[in-house]
Amino acid sequence: MDDFSTLVGGIAGDGINEAGITISRLFSRLGYRIYMYYDYPSLIRGGHNFSLVRASTERIASHMDQIDALIALNQETLEKHKGRLKDSSFVIYDADRVELDDPKHKSCGLTITQILKEFAAPSVMKNTCILGGYCKVVGIDWAVLEDVLKKHIPKKLELNLLVARKGYDQALQLCHMDRRADGPADSLSGSHADKQVEKPLAILTGNQALSLGLINAGLGAYVAYPMTPSSSVLDFMARYAQDFGLKVVHPESEIAVMIMAQGFAYAGVRAAVGTSGGGFCLMTEGLSLAGMAEIPVAIVMAQRTGPSTGLPTYTAQGDLHFVLNAGQGEFPRFVVAPGDAEEAYCWSDIALRLAWKFQVPAFILTDKIVSESQYSFDIELAGETNEHEQLSALLWDGRGEYKRYLYTDSGVSPLAFPPQKGQAIKTDSYTHDEGGITTEDPKITKETSDKRQRKGQALAQELERFETVKVFGDEKSKTALLCWGSNKGVCMEASRKLGLRMIQVLVLSPFPDKLVKRALQGVEKLIAVECNSTGQLANLAGFYGIEIHDRILKYDGRPFSVEDLLREIGRAQA
Amino acid sequence: MNPKDLATTAQVTWCPGCGNFSIMSAIRMVLAELDSEGIPSENVVLVSGIGCHAKIVDYMKTNSFYSIHGRTIPAATAIKIANPDLSVICFSGDGDSLAEGLDHLIFAAKRNIDITMILHDNRVYGLTTGQYTPTSPQGFKGRSTPNGAAERPMNPLDLMLASGASYIARGYTHGLEQLRTIFKEAILHKGFSFVDVLQVCVSYNNLYESYNKWTYTVKDNDVTSYESAQKIIRSWNYDRSDAPIPLGKFYKVDAPRFDQAFLGYEPNLPERDRKIKMLLDNFI
Repeated sequence: MDDFSTLVGGIAGDGINEAGITISRLFSRLGYRIYMYYDYPSLIRGGHNFSLVRASTERIASHMDQIDALIALNQETLEKHKGRLKDSSFVIYDADRVELDDPKHKSCGLTITQILKEFAAPSVMKNTCILGGYCKVVGIDWAVLEDVLKKHIPKKLELNLLVARKGYDQALQLCHMDRRADGPADSLSGSHADKQVEKPLAILTGNQALSLGLINAGLGAYVAYPMTPSSSVLDFMARYAQDFGLKVVHPESEIAVMIMAQGFAYAGVRAAVGTSGGGFCLMTEGLSLAGMAEIPVAIVMAQRTGPSTGLPTYTAQGDLHFVLNAGQGEFPRFVVAPGDAEEAYCWSDIALRLAWKFQVPAFILTDKIVSESQYSFDIELAGETNEHEQLSALLWDGRGEYKRYLYTDSGVSPLAFPPQKGQAIKTDSYTHDEGGITTEDPKITKETSDKRQRKGQALAQELERFETVKVFGDEKSKTALLCWGSNKGVCMEASRKLGLRMIQVLVLSPFPDKLVKRALQGVEKLIAVECNSTGQLANLAGFYGIEIHDRILKYDGRPFSVEDLLREIGRAQA
Repeated sequence: MNPKDLATTAQVTWCPGCGNFSIMSAIRMVLAELDSEGIPSENVVLVSGIGCHAKIVDYMKTNSFYSIHGRTIPAATAIKIANPDLSVICFSGDGDSLAEGLDHLIFAAKRNIDITMILHDNRVYGLTTGQYTPTSPQGFKGRSTPNGAAERPMNPLDLMLASGASYIARGYTHGLEQLRTIFKEAILHKGFSFVDVLQVCVSYNNLYESYNKWTYTVKDNDVTSYESAQKIIRSWNYDRSDAPIPLGKFYKVDAPRFDQAFLGYEPNLPERDRKIKMLLDNFI
């Protein structure tokens, strides 16, 4: 089997995210590539959570509505998701809690409450138990599960293994699904055996990948106030602060966050911040400071459904123009929207380096999907980021009097950090002269504005060395999909299936209009695919004279499934 | 070093008679003194907000971070964490730190971060031509409160004491020697130092007469006693202009500092590539 989707659902507190990750790791060990979408409401206990794990022999970054296996820890999961089942799908459920009356589908009920009772195990172990049964049903060897559990269960491993083993053993005994269960099992392990066994890949969220990218680019400090879906960057940085020598600060507000990052940069420490739309609102005054004072800062902006508090745990691409235009006054900025974990790693690395090379704010614009979904992560495929520029090339040569805002051809002034013997390093939020002293002089006002604009041009020129626009699918097709960010995965898949061209705009500022136009040569019908209600990339492209013929927009907080997009494209082409 | 060496060529644009001149004179003297005593002036970073007070950094030939309104503390905090060898001094106003940036001020005290805050407390917005501030007395007639401010003033020292500041003092711009003493102590103090300076705005809130009459310097007070400090601090709440106003050092204690928590976090850049690849194994 080339493609296998599993949905596991229950209430918040059941460990549904973790269960999904475990399933992802199982398939990863079998040599599959993984994408996992995690859907959860904004609450701590109760509600309905589900993880949708898709394993494929292809590189994927999108989910399917239809599933092959449904794991139901409660009745609600079954009722909500039974519509996703195909004729060949099967259901694995907690027989002590879920009533299943479905002769059409093969099923396997496990007496989980009884098993836990038998071992005096806490109720959180029910997902370990059901995953034991799941492995049996889909034909994943016990040894694979044992390996995953041994590696990732920090507490009460022995008990977890016992409970999982009981689930595994019971699945065979109770369900009598031998033939059915062996079907996918054979093909699963079959395709695994046929091809060369690949080294299992790490499973990372986009937030984890982008954190590593920032770290690789020399990050010294991470400053953030928690806000979904960016909080897991803060969690990750704090968790690994010791390993990488990171100074991680969680201050009083996003206002403080943005200014602190610049205090770090002023003192020579590479800093990044992370937030979502609401927090970014508070950062905008500091963003403008970074523009005027030319202080490098990397900003992780993880979009969620707005306006205002919106849907905290659901996705959107509604903040593109906000990010492009935030902050008073005019100043250059770099904005990249990675489409999966590998791009998140590669481009957050590039973003932090560019921030320092050009002394500009650099955005890593994600959304709930890129930030919180799990992806197979192949660092070798993430792209070469280790183009380590010499720090000394950015620094003042130490001769004469230091001028923080020295005029240069590129607009970029050499950096120096205190202390420098006999020098004053002055940074300023006011319009300032080359030395960093406030002025209201009209000539200097214009000169410094020109200086900032030159930096923007130099940045755009630098970006010519990078693949800022990607083309996938049939490059000769006259119909093309235009997308950005998390829609990369679903658009790639739809374009592959339908033989369409697909254009992903990775860098949104400086906008690579020439490259987009080149990618569009021969296209007669261009369809923008976005998760917002207006078509923000489409409008941006329109500003550069690129005509968009149709827009497929989704703005219900949920990502496009492959089926959603195929259906919408069908409609657009009808 | 001569204090004059710390001047820039920028034209000073404060009003004649402005209390800011005293603050600048005092800080130049202190920094010159410290320079000869082992804290070179290039190891000092001045951070200012926005307002008349903030222009001081343009007039000082020292490292400086001219921040935005209310945002001295976050910049200063990060600079100190980034390089603990730097002495970081914030200059801020009563509008800047008590209105726009109050949360940061409270958190600086709460963290006891090793920086100094010198508050140019003129009890009026000068640069925006005369509105009431958090320390203006009730009834203050300013441009935004032509019938008199309806709010009572806050006592920033009381707030700082409650929030965890470990050095608290008050000076007055007619007492240059005292300002020198306090500034130097505050900078050398390990922890968050808060210095309230009664800085007279000659144009919009000229309180020279009142301050000359009512200020006095505390003597023999136990600066390690919270209760003693609180009593002195609360003896004048910025509300009355006919009551004694204490000046001097009110509180000084040793306490754990936020900046200490980051010692030892040094990025080992050459190792990173290898460590990242090793870390990925945790995610398989």
